[in-house]
Amino acid sequence: MKAMILTNTETVPGLKVVAHYGLVQGSTIRAKNIGRDFMAGMKNLVGGELVGYTELLQESRDQAIERMTAQAEALGANAVINLRFSTSSVAAGAAEILCYGTAVLVEEHGSQQGSSQDSGYGTPGGQQDFGG
Amino acid sequence: MQFIQIYTGLFLLALGFIAGTIVEKQHYRRIKRREMGFITLPTMTSRNVLDEHEVMRSQLALGSAVISVDYFKRFAASLKKLFGGEIHSYSSLLDRARREALLRMKENFADADLFVNVRFETSTISSGGNSRIGAVEVLAFSTAVWYRENSKHAIPTPLDR
Repeated sequence: MKAMILTNTETVPGLKVVAHYGLVQGSTIRAKNIGRDFMAGMKNLVGGELVGYTELLQESRDQAIERMTAQAEALGANAVINLRFSTSSVAAGAAEILCYGTAVLVEEHGSQQGSSQDSGYGTPGGQQDFGG
Repeated sequence: MQFIQIYTGLFLLALGFIAGTIVEKQHYRRIKRREMGFITLPTMTSRNVLDEHEVMRSQLALGSAVISVDYFKRFAASLKKLFGGEIHSYSSLLDRARREALLRMKENFADADLFVNVRFETSTISSGGNSRIGAVEVLAFSTAVWYRENSKHAIPTPLDR
């Protein structure tokens, strides 16, 4: 399968949205570990980038996106548009990273409308379960 | 005993001031140099591709950075909090974090022709309790767009050099 197209605009530039599958989301809650926290505490004296945290948050964000993408794939979508991110701290030292968007099916402008071979994808805007 | 505490405090303040200033200056120099490389690459907050160019492909671009403030500036900010007013020591922190995140986003897709719908998310990192970590995470994200007639937009990327 081709890689999922992700955008944070309402459309996929250059392609046409032919079906909407509704909201998909992925989230992860991460705690920091003591080793990283200690290093960050040291680094905190002189300022500058906390590389450990940058990596940690990047990893968590990638995971959230991966989960969201898996959901979209299960619905039969090939793109997620209007992607948003949100971070919230659940407890001291733990943060939730959430990413959500609209799963859609996109096509080239020239290609046939409706794409009959994709009959298993359901109707536009239709409700489907995520299949586990 | 009390002298030791005072000396430690003064030492940390001096260390924070000297090292923090050096780190910040170096960072700004790096940021400015890299920004020059992207000066011809259009980046905008509008949601649509305004040109009548044909789009070849588009993809989500992400860039993030966690930057912390030094001990001296944290101390200065806590003093400033007594009197109110603008806290300059934090504004440079946020400025650095934002520009760094934006640069990383662009560097991830240095061959793109356009970035549309650029958005920033800022969140603070604190470990809770007394040990406050004065750090911010900034995430910059947008949709990178590649035009079909690529030859017209032969933008030299800093990674090529």
